Amino acid sequence: MATNPWNKRDWSNHPKMIYPDYKSTIYRNPKNKLLNINDIEEIPSPKFLETSMRTIDSDLTKNAKKDHDPIGERIIVLGKVIDEFGRAVPECLLEIWQANSAGRYVHREEVHDAPLDPNFLGAGMTLTDKDGNYKFTTIKPGSYPWGNHHNAWRPAHIHFSIFGRSFVDRLVTQMYFEGDPLFKYDPIFNSIPDKKAQNRLVAKFSIDETIPEFAHAYIFNIVLRGREATPMEV
Amino acid sequence: MKKNIFLQTSSQTVGPFFAYGLTAQQYKYDFPSLATGNLRNKNFEGQEISIKGRVIDGKGDPLHDAMIEIWQADPQGNYNTDQESDFFGFGRMGTGGEDFIGFNFLTYKPGKINENSAPHINLTVFARGMLNHLFTRLYFSDEDNDIDKILHQVEPKLRPTLIAEKTNEGEYYFDIILQGENETVFFDI
Repeated sequence: MATNPWNKRDWSNHPKMIYPDYKSTIYRNPKNKLLNINDIEEIPSPKFLETSMRTIDSDLTKNAKKDHDPIGERIIVLGKVIDEFGRAVPECLLEIWQANSAGRYVHREEVHDAPLDPNFLGAGMTLTDKDGNYKFTTIKPGSYPWGNHHNAWRPAHIHFSIFGRSFVDRLVTQMYFEGDPLFKYDPIFNSIPDKKAQNRLVAKFSIDETIPEFAHAYIFNIVLRGREATPMEV
Repeated sequence: MKKNIFLQTSSQTVGPFFAYGLTAQQYKYDFPSLATGNLRNKNFEGQEISIKGRVIDGKGDPLHDAMIEIWQADPQGNYNTDQESDFFGFGRMGTGGEDFIGFNFLTYKPGKINENSAPHINLTVFARGMLNHLFTRLYFSDEDNDIDKILHQVEPKLRPTLIAEKTNEGEYYFDIILQGENETVFFDI
């Protein structure tokens, strides 16, 4: 059986399983160490096709529009998906979901008293191109309160789900916005043990990518686990 | 250690509000779903099975806001990575059902991917309160699991946490215990 050629999850850059400041982690994660399995055959990733999606789902200002444009600040979120060795990850599925500009999620169980926007759902999907690049148009999400502790507010963020090239390099994360005053109070952001790793989840405003008379742009690049070039290199 | 030049993007929780984006069809939101809990395909030949179970926290309570992804080989033991193949072995479900707080996948029994492997399904768990997703595997109580090289790396007394019980012909039950007694074995792969 072949040795798994993928780099392991790098735990210096990922949160601890149980991070008590984020209370829900306490009972929802294993106490046992993850079992290190090396001698595992390579498991491919499911591939998703352009033909199975609607182009409009990369534009969240349009994909749920009924009669008006959604309310809020229109933004472009773009970036590149690469692996740890700097190789582009082409045709990789990115799914995003987020609150609207008022900080309200469409989810039915959300109880935060902020208005829904009938022209905004807050969900999108796209594939990276052959060079690993992606682009979404959306509305800048608002911050919202949650019940973790007194006066708890999440920094504005967009959820990202990413399929790479293997079953093992799957990633779900959150993208934040440069300059948010809430970072230091947010246990989910601070669960990441390394400050530089935290900062890599913060999308940077780009004047070069900003489209005149249209929308600010934020760049968010994503690094997935790397795979050895060929099994011969092992 | 393999050398790398870029550092992995950190994981964050899927949070409580994924349903209208990732599992919209199941939760009846007006948005397309690329995958659901039903992997079956009309006209496809294979042993139909269902896999039902819950995700249980350290207090013994089932999670109603977890998301499970499954990824499996076809009955011949091949992974069909092409979404348009006759059997695409990827499924996704939230556990927030109305009648049952858990998941119930409708699929086909996977074949052996090689002679050192018992039929199994790869499973990934996401939830609010989980900052990292968890990888595990589901094996079947009515298969010869002794041949499996991965199961052999699991302590014998913990192996039952990875084996789905056959409850009826074509029906299997598999609870994922996140913490505590009978905690499921999760993999660092």
